Amino acid sequence: MHVIVCVKMVPDTTQVKIDPVTNTLVREGVPFIMNPFDAPAVEEALRIKDIYGGKVTVLSMGPPMADAVIRKAIAMGADDGILLSDRVFGGADTLATSNVLANAILEISKKEPVDIIICGKQTIDGDTAQVGPGIATRLGFNQATLVDKIVSLDLTKKRIVVRRKLEDWFEIIETSLPSLLTIEKDANRPRYPSVPRRIYAEGLSIPIWNNYFLKLDPNTIGLTGSPTTVKRIFAPEKQKGEIFEGNGDGNGTCFAVEMILKNLENWKIIRSTQNV
Amino acid sequence: MKPVESLIFAIIFLVAMVVFIRRIYTLINLISLGNWEYRFDRLWERFKNMVFYGFLQKKVLKKTFGFNHFMLFWGFMVLLPINLEFVLSGFFPKFSLSFIGEFPYKLLNMLADIMSAVVMIAVIFAVLRRVVIKPSYLESTKEAYIILSTVGFLMAAYFGMNITAIDPKEKDLILPVSEFLRTMIISGMKDSELYILNRIFWWVHASLFLFFLIFIPYSKHLHIITSLPNCFFRNFSFPTSPSKMQFSKNMSFGISKITDFSWKDLLDALSCTECGRCKASCPANISGKTLNPKEFIHTLKKNLMENGLYIISNRPFDTIGKPMPVLNYPVPLIGNGEGSINEESIWDCTTCGACVEVCPVFIEHFPKILNIRRNLVMEEVRFPEELITFFENIEARSNPWGIAPSERGKWAQHLDIPIFSKNENHEYLLYVGCMGSFDARTKKIINSLVTVLNTASVSYGILGSDEMCCGDALRRLGNEYVFDSIAIKNVNLFKKLNVKNVITICPHCYNTLKNDYRAYGAEFNVFHHTELLNMLYKNQVLKRDFAFGEKSIVYHDSCYLARYNSIIEEPRYVLKSFTGKLPLEMGNSKKDTFCCGAGGGRMWLEDDAATRINRERTKEALLKKPNIIATSCPYCVTMFEDGLKELNVNENIQVLDICELIVEGLKIVKDTEKEKIIEEKRRVANG
Ligand code: SF4
Ligand code: SF4
Repeated sequence: MHVIVCVKMVPDTTQVKIDPVTNTLVREGVPFIMNPFDAPAVEEALRIKDIYGGKVTVLSMGPPMADAVIRKAIAMGADDGILLSDRVFGGADTLATSNVLANAILEISKKEPVDIIICGKQTIDGDTAQVGPGIATRLGFNQATLVDKIVSLDLTKKRIVVRRKLEDWFEIIETSLPSLLTIEKDANRPRYPSVPRRIYAEGLSIPIWNNYFLKLDPNTIGLTGSPTTVKRIFAPEKQKGEIFEGNGDGNGTCFAVEMILKNLENWKIIRSTQNV
Repeated sequence: MKPVESLIFAIIFLVAMVVFIRRIYTLINLISLGNWEYRFDRLWERFKNMVFYGFLQKKVLKKTFGFNHFMLFWGFMVLLPINLEFVLSGFFPKFSLSFIGEFPYKLLNMLADIMSAVVMIAVIFAVLRRVVIKPSYLESTKEAYIILSTVGFLMAAYFGMNITAIDPKEKDLILPVSEFLRTMIISGMKDSELYILNRIFWWVHASLFLFFLIFIPYSKHLHIITSLPNCFFRNFSFPTSPSKMQFSKNMSFGISKITDFSWKDLLDALSCTECGRCKASCPANISGKTLNPKEFIHTLKKNLMENGLYIISNRPFDTIGKPMPVLNYPVPLIGNGEGSINEESIWDCTTCGACVEVCPVFIEHFPKILNIRRNLVMEEVRFPEELITFFENIEARSNPWGIAPSERGKWAQHLDIPIFSKNENHEYLLYVGCMGSFDARTKKIINSLVTVLNTASVSYGILGSDEMCCGDALRRLGNEYVFDSIAIKNVNLFKKLNVKNVITICPHCYNTLKNDYRAYGAEFNVFHHTELLNMLYKNQVLKRDFAFGEKSIVYHDSCYLARYNSIIEEPRYVLKSFTGKLPLEMGNSKKDTFCCGAGGGRMWLEDDAATRINRERTKEALLKKPNIIATSCPYCVTMFEDGLKELNVNENIQVLDICELIVEGLKIVKDTEKEKIIEEKRRVANG
């Protein structure tokens, strides 16, 4: 079983502010972390390995310092990692990114065929959730997004059953391998790396693949290969909240409760309570 | 004594000696399975320690019943030469110690006679204590009764021998007890009868004596032999800081098997007297948790016995005859079986140090627990689940809640507190800590301190959003790897800013900055705010104000202040300075304080509602019927407030930090000589 996990280094967005004047992200001094959705993806891959054996390879595209997230995944237990890093990959949108990742996976699978690709559901810096499906489409893999549980996996029949977490319900689907899964954040609790693993991962040199190696058409990668342009980034204005105060009068009515109900009715969040 | 008797005795004696010496040899072998640790410095001081704590039993005497033990011990010391004479006279019937001089010899015999009676009485007391009083921490084992009765009968045989002696060797010996018994019991017996009786007593005495000799190293009374060296090799100071670790490839971290301990740890395990004092003062145990420090040490001993004996007889040797490591140990260190430590109990410890404080033979329990945590966290990755988020939050955001570091200085936004800087010549760095920065309750404390500092015109600054967690809880929970990186960053930051003096409100930050960071090259002075307030009152920068005269205040000592760092009088002086009287004292106070339950990282662990430590402590405080529970630790404040809620206390009892109390009654002298006083203060601060 060979599982590839795609991870991304992102700025810790809880610490990112938007510059009100220039409308751009203020990234100074903001630490970079592994995309929080990707840790459960790594964990899911490691769980597959724990049960069925095989190998987990981590793949990431980003600047040279993005090897930190690959090291983190290796510290958690992944076997290998490859960093896709080249100036010409920079500035890519989801279309161009999935192109590079898909081609890198093709390259990897020449030596070791890939059975499952796992991505986080989305990243916290872009929130598009498009790269995973993009990779699957380009590689012709079956895909299951929003997976919060792998129900079963049959290696001989090459079948996998997963549970997808949709807005109001779960969907259990079965598909055949090779396939790509995107994982929900609460699918599992990512393991904490041991210190010997951390020291081992720190000491590794992570191979870097650039475009001399991948030889992709420059028009399909990086900024040139990205049809998306960002017009403006802004923080939506927060609506002011309102506080209703009041105590119950002892006869089952309370001013605060009544006011809240009335407003919820007005906003059509609940149906009229008058007839109830 | 007939020659044939001497021969028989010689044979039995030699057999007994062989058994005894072999056992001692094995025990030394077992101890040397531990890792090397240097404990041979300051030999004279070590010797003095052995005299005071080993021979004079200073710590034993702290408890009421310690006197009984003292008497038993000194009875033995006096009887030792007499028994030597006894043994030698078994070989050479003419042998006598009388060559030491007539007077000393007489005195020795008289003392021995009296002490034998004292020992008998002490034995009776010890038995009564076990049968009648039955203290919960003292398990009455069969072993204890065997020992006590052996000692009792040994003394009886001694008297028997003395009173049946037909012609006492030296007629003029003064043996008051024996003489008394002789007139009471055997007057009028025939010499031939006496002779037979005398021989019987002699043989009973001889066999009991030899039995005792062999039994000691096989029983808990091994401590008779081991506790003296254990006092000799003790740690001179309270173990405030675990050792700094190195991190590199192919190393193992923490303790996973008995031979990972140091030889001194193993000697600890063999020195336990099973007195139960540690158990009786362990807050975790008292509140019903699994941990029992006495059992912990005893389990280490069992584990060492099982595994050590196996290793000694099964270890392979390499070609040059050096022993090679044994890979599989028959009894795991952590597990549920006999001789293994229960894993849950490892997480129960608050590192409060009460066990170490009371142990009469200087056994150090919780440092061993920490070393086991290190292994569980760093190698096994086995720890309570809630700690994952805690560890990750501190590593990524440098605070337990994972709040953005940029928010750290927010509490001070409207207070106009300067950021600490070299150029401003700030005298003190106010290290706020995670609790002070983010915890709503603790923010009030830090605000009060700021008011006091401003009123006293102390020159200080804060780090704002550059401040980082000190890493105390990480270290006490065994995550040394992340602690190490935090400590390096903090010490570097402080050095870069040329920090000379640090103030902190949290005893845990205090201990970490002051003691843990030493090994990382920290050279700054650290002051707990109670120390600084004490100076301010002593120097009359803060005026004494007796506004609290009517309210009764009970003071709770934080373990990390009182026990770890001996800050005991300072907070009391401060309280006295503005209330006019010393605070009420709980039963367990000062060095014998009882933990609030939050130390050792337990603040961040889920706590089983049935066994909360803070409830025990709050109950103890309530016994004093206080209006105010005063303390000087943010954890303790939280724990008492929770305790009051859990106990559904209706009376209006406040839990306040000392500096909050001051703010309420603050008055300041606008002393013209203030400059001079500040100068003086600076001098004190700089040491
Ligand atoms: S340090 Fe405190 S909690 Fe831990 S074993 Fe000792 S007495 Fe018990
Ligand atoms: S460890 Fe110390 S305090 Fe505890 S039972 Fe043994 S000797 Fe007594």
